[in-house]
Amino acid sequence: MLSNYVPLVGLFVLAAGFALFSVTAAPFIGPRRYNSAKVQAYECGIEPVDQPLTGGRIPVKYFLTAMLFIVFDIEIVFLYPWAVANDALGLWGLTAMAVFIGTVFIAFVYEWRRGGLEWD
Amino acid sequence: MTVFAAADQPTLVDFGNDVWWIVLIKIVGIFGVLVLMTLFAIVFERKVVARMQQRIGPNRVGPRGYLQSLADGLKLAFKEDIMPALADKPVYFLAPVIATIPAFLAFSVIPLGPTVSIFGERTPLQLVDSPIGVLIVLACSAMGVYGIVLGGWASGSTYPLLGSLRSAAQMISYEIAMGLSIVAVFLYAGSMSTSEIVAAQADGTELSLFGLEFTGPSWFAVLLPVSFVIYAIAVVGETNRAPFDLPEAESELVGGFHTEYSSLKFALFFLAEYINIVTVSALAATLFLGGWRAPWPISIWDGANTGWWPLLWFFAKVVVALFVFVWLRGTLPRLRYDQFMSFGWKVLVPVGLVWILVVATLRAVARETDVDAGEMAVFVGVPIALLLLGGLLLASRMRNRDTRVAAREAAAGGPAPAEPQVLDARGRDRAAGGFPVPPMDLVVPPSPRLRSRESVSAGTVVGTGRRSSSTTPEETDDV
Repeated sequence: MLSNYVPLVGLFVLAAGFALFSVTAAPFIGPRRYNSAKVQAYECGIEPVDQPLTGGRIPVKYFLTAMLFIVFDIEIVFLYPWAVANDALGLWGLTAMAVFIGTVFIAFVYEWRRGGLEWD
Repeated sequence: MTVFAAADQPTLVDFGNDVWWIVLIKIVGIFGVLVLMTLFAIVFERKVVARMQQRIGPNRVGPRGYLQSLADGLKLAFKEDIMPALADKPVYFLAPVIATIPAFLAFSVIPLGPTVSIFGERTPLQLVDSPIGVLIVLACSAMGVYGIVLGGWASGSTYPLLGSLRSAAQMISYEIAMGLSIVAVFLYAGSMSTSEIVAAQADGTELSLFGLEFTGPSWFAVLLPVSFVIYAIAVVGETNRAPFDLPEAESELVGGFHTEYSSLKFALFFLAEYINIVTVSALAATLFLGGWRAPWPISIWDGANTGWWPLLWFFAKVVVALFVFVWLRGTLPRLRYDQFMSFGWKVLVPVGLVWILVVATLRAVARETDVDAGEMAVFVGVPIALLLLGGLLLASRMRNRDTRVAAREAAAGGPAPAEPQVLDARGRDRAAGGFPVPPMDLVVPPSPRLRSRESVSAGTVVGTGRRSSSTTPEETDDV
């Protein structure tokens, strides 16, 4: 069964070789003309600020989204095998999955009502 | 036909026992196909968008301009490779690689055709398949997010950081919707292997409607319309394409996560993005549009699903899907970020969850009552989908009601407004509502440079005539 994945390794090697060759070769193929403005951060022509204004912190909404993603991703991981084996599991499987989806959905509705999905 | 189809339809057993040189041919083939598809997709997109905007598009390089993207790619290789001073050097260096590799790998499980013979060896036209085939695509698309996030973060610049943050949030949100949408496909196909999903769409169910016998549709796009719609919307968000191209919104973020990248590193990001578009198009064809199997009128021909012909049907479906991507870009304006996120979480995810339960219940009922599942889908699933679409249409009409009523009154020749309705100048009020509004009464003064030239060449016909054709009072004063 594992031999199934050997071609995947081959494609990985080819793709990685191509990508690594490209990024390594790029500095040598192209011209190199140093200019201090080039290596500065691009901010549409104004003087770039050294530090982000928020001190490099990221809004907490992104973390909320990431946590919600984990919850749902795990739910999906459970849904896939159930979907594949659905015909064998029968009514019992359907009921169990409905309860499971319902449980996660309650948490989802809670976050929704508490404003976790709002962006301002 | 069925005999041929059954013989040529690869199953899981047929994988993993190729000769090494066949595997090598397939690997190089997939690599080449993806690079070629990328080059084609870029020209195709530029040409189609140009036509939609009443332009001609690239038509200089190569026959009818079809080598334009190849020329652009070569040009990128000879551009200076800039390493920003504030960049995190190893991560900045590796991010394009991290984005590119999964993009290539994701395509490996896409079935391109049935079992064919290459130099006498019988082999399926697909590199890898496994019982969890589709999971490989999902895993690779999830890995691709790392390349974008790390690239934006390592640039040490504001706009790329913002772009990569947005991109991460967007891709993980829409990955949920995409993952939920294909659960119903697994439910119907009873498998997660791509070749078996294609096989499951081989034959439609025999239906009898009012005494008429006919073969029902077999594509999951028809049997599971809601899944297909959710998938189509979610992959547009997943691939950062317009109207969901917020991570690289030019008007807000310059170029998004790749602002600081140049030369071949930039080219790799671009390559990865277009490969992802090709892959999700191919996955849409595989999961919902019958894969490499010929569409209905052609499938009547016995040889349609044998030999190398299916490659043609498959790539035709992929190009149609690519066209839809371009069409969306040419038609729809970009969404606002909060609208976009709430659409993903508050519409796509709940609808996807409910739809899974509906499909599973229908299937269970069909199983218990001994009705054919396909029949059930056509007679119950399609009406439910129509009901849903009707509801959405109704909702949108109710939202636009005022506009329509006003339009109808105007069309019916109702009392025409005696004078144009003047909205009160509320620049201050609108600014108070949190939206910065520029002063609306600004007048652009004539450019002093143009005025001086005008005075020199006054009288003679020089230039395009844009300025010299109409002389404004100020200019006469100058002369």
